[in-house]
Amino acid sequence: MTIIIESTLRYAMPLIIAALGGMFSELSGVVNIALEGIMLLGSFTAVAVAYLTGNTYLGVLAAMVGGVALASIHAVVSIRYKANQVVSGTAINILASGVTTMLARGLWAEGGSPPIQRIPDLTWPFRITPFVPLAFLLVALCHWFVYYTPMGLRLRAVGEHPKAADTAGISVERMRYFGVLMSGVLAGLAGAGLSVGLLSGFEEGMTNGRGFIALAALIFGKWTPVGACLAALLFGAATASQTFMQALGIQIPAQFLLMAPYILTMLALAGVVGRSTPPASVGIPYEKGAS
Amino acid sequence: MGNILEMRGITKRFGPVVANDGIDLEVREGEIHALLGENGAGKTTLMNILYGLYQPDAGEIRYKGKPVTITDPNRAIELGIGMVHQHFMLIPPFTVAENIVLGHEPGSKTRLDRAGAVEKVRALSQEFGLKVDPTARVESISVGMQQRVEILKALYRGAELLILDEPTAVLTPQEVQELIGIMRRLVEQGRTIIFITHKLKEVLRIADRVTVIRQGRNVATLDISGRGAPGPVTPPTEAELAALMVGRAVSLKVEKGPAKPGEPVLEVEGLECLGSRGLPALKGVNLTLRAGEILGIAGVDGNGQTELIECLTGLRRPTAGRIRLRGQDITRLPVRKRFELGLAHIPEDRQKRGLVLDFTVAENAILGRHYRSPYCRLGVMAWQQVTAHAQRLIRDFDIRPPLPGTRAGSLSGGNQQKLIVAREIDKEPVVLIAAQPTRGVDVGAIEAIHRRLVAERDRGRAVLLVSLELDEILALSDRIAVMYEGRIVAEMPAEEATEETLGLLMAGGTRSGAEGGVAR
Repeated sequence: MTIIIESTLRYAMPLIIAALGGMFSELSGVVNIALEGIMLLGSFTAVAVAYLTGNTYLGVLAAMVGGVALASIHAVVSIRYKANQVVSGTAINILASGVTTMLARGLWAEGGSPPIQRIPDLTWPFRITPFVPLAFLLVALCHWFVYYTPMGLRLRAVGEHPKAADTAGISVERMRYFGVLMSGVLAGLAGAGLSVGLLSGFEEGMTNGRGFIALAALIFGKWTPVGACLAALLFGAATASQTFMQALGIQIPAQFLLMAPYILTMLALAGVVGRSTPPASVGIPYEKGAS
Repeated sequence: MGNILEMRGITKRFGPVVANDGIDLEVREGEIHALLGENGAGKTTLMNILYGLYQPDAGEIRYKGKPVTITDPNRAIELGIGMVHQHFMLIPPFTVAENIVLGHEPGSKTRLDRAGAVEKVRALSQEFGLKVDPTARVESISVGMQQRVEILKALYRGAELLILDEPTAVLTPQEVQELIGIMRRLVEQGRTIIFITHKLKEVLRIADRVTVIRQGRNVATLDISGRGAPGPVTPPTEAELAALMVGRAVSLKVEKGPAKPGEPVLEVEGLECLGSRGLPALKGVNLTLRAGEILGIAGVDGNGQTELIECLTGLRRPTAGRIRLRGQDITRLPVRKRFELGLAHIPEDRQKRGLVLDFTVAENAILGRHYRSPYCRLGVMAWQQVTAHAQRLIRDFDIRPPLPGTRAGSLSGGNQQKLIVAREIDKEPVVLIAAQPTRGVDVGAIEAIHRRLVAERDRGRAVLLVSLELDEILALSDRIAVMYEGRIVAEMPAEEATEETLGLLMAGGTRSGAEGGVAR
């Protein structure tokens, strides 16, 4: 039993952190499908910096900085230049995949890193990476931020009805930059959690769709921190039970369990499992003065 | 009383368009000042400049005697200027209190003081006699209530000068009465109000003074109530104001003779449907429309008018009931089939449903008939015919500029509307459904459109007029039906209808109540 819980938590951790990142961006009104690419860059940066400096903690910090750097491209393109946010996000995903591959091959010749020192596991109460309790701590912090601070209220206002926020004296641009850059911090951190928390090295394309599943968790969790966390845990459990069932010899094709996040998300969007309504203005660039 | 605000020589251009062309405006402290003008005259632009949403290209603003530069709404709020926009700036899923304090929240940076916000809103609503429930969600309260929230929002920010942009557009006559009471109370408590309007009656009823704006210039400032004026005042008449606003004499009354109703051509029985949120929007609508008459449907926005039009035109599927056009059941027919049988539709939103804005005038003028001869032969567009057709409509309906190749999106609102009216009337329909045919259109175009609708009636066509403007319903209709919460709650000949009766019925009152116990 502990094995299932432990492995659920391990699968869910990067999803939780990345989903929180996506939440900041989407609540402010900017679609962020670049989570996948930002995570990947975070994974790479953490390992590369740890490899070059010998300090893994420095690697984690660098992953967040790298995440912000990549997210800032998305921010400028979609906020300043009001480009289509899905196209921008897609471009960033492709960019991240190319850049990390190129740099990894330059650095390590084989496209994967040698094993590096991981962030050490906690020994109490479970033997688990500290990223797991960190993820839950972040959920609590984000919940408090979004619902119990003036900034949170303004962030949501900008994503729901930017013009109303503007007339109330809130800078729509600034709040959206904040939202997108926060998503860079958190998605970068999620990538580090994967490469130097759970694993101990970088492989090409190692995020393998986790950014998209995090986005699914965010939607399934109705754009709330706690909801996204629960959704990520559910998706994590689906993945964990797959290995477990194989061990028990139960024959459910693995693909079905892997499909679960996507199917659940589609059902949520279609309103079958409780309606999931996005922030009203997500994806729409704000034009000052346009009626 | 001194001037609280002086705006001098305000000029604002948007590309080649001059929205404000050296406008002067003086507002006295403690007065209700009306800003009257047609749509597109530049009233809202001027007020958006005052509120810091736009920067003027030239001109000076003096507030309380000092020259000021208003860089953004925050600066306006600091100065004590508040604005209630025509389209409310409220966030539907937030509570009333959250909406009011947004941007100036009580509590510290790290803690949002919700209880404090609710308390402050309560106190404020008491002080000004504006009743609201601070914990209700904005999406669940009425439009009149939302407007109060907007006013409170401005007062919460310490507004001394309040700008109300077309505040009565969305209200029932009774709500308008309440709003006037609120405005008077605010002025008594030392606030100053500028209200933007294009309705002449309101100016005469509410304002102390009026400034008339036409084509980006101010043409006159007149005393209305005499409050604060140096000597006795003769207020202008409605016709005088209209002439100032439009720049020529206009007839405010629609000339029409008695109707000669013929056969019933559109019959609706027990029509029910669901609205966009999946809740019942129509709950059994019955109506009969005869050839040669105009049936007006009055009602406050959101009482099922939109859904009724959509069901009739085939854009929404009814869940029960029948629709017959000249005796033929069309309840389940597709849109094109209905048009071929003689239905035409002037949609309520000209930009969303009436026109393809990126198409030319000529292309828009054949939408709906584009697949038919003479515009299309063997699947190929006959552009010469299309252009000739457009030229004819342009001439008959005075659409400007008179160029078939103009992009529809670049026409003014009035000309866009004339284009749609022209296209639909040109289909020679049996039944013409006109939804808000003059919404956001200037007085000149209103006159033209009204005359065309009456002319169509006189040619034996049936017109179903759905409008939120009570004046329009009263001016055009031969019979009037009132919609309330998805039902037709009353129907009467136009001669028997008054603004008061209709207003009460629109707000859910009964007819006997409206007429003081006189049953039908």
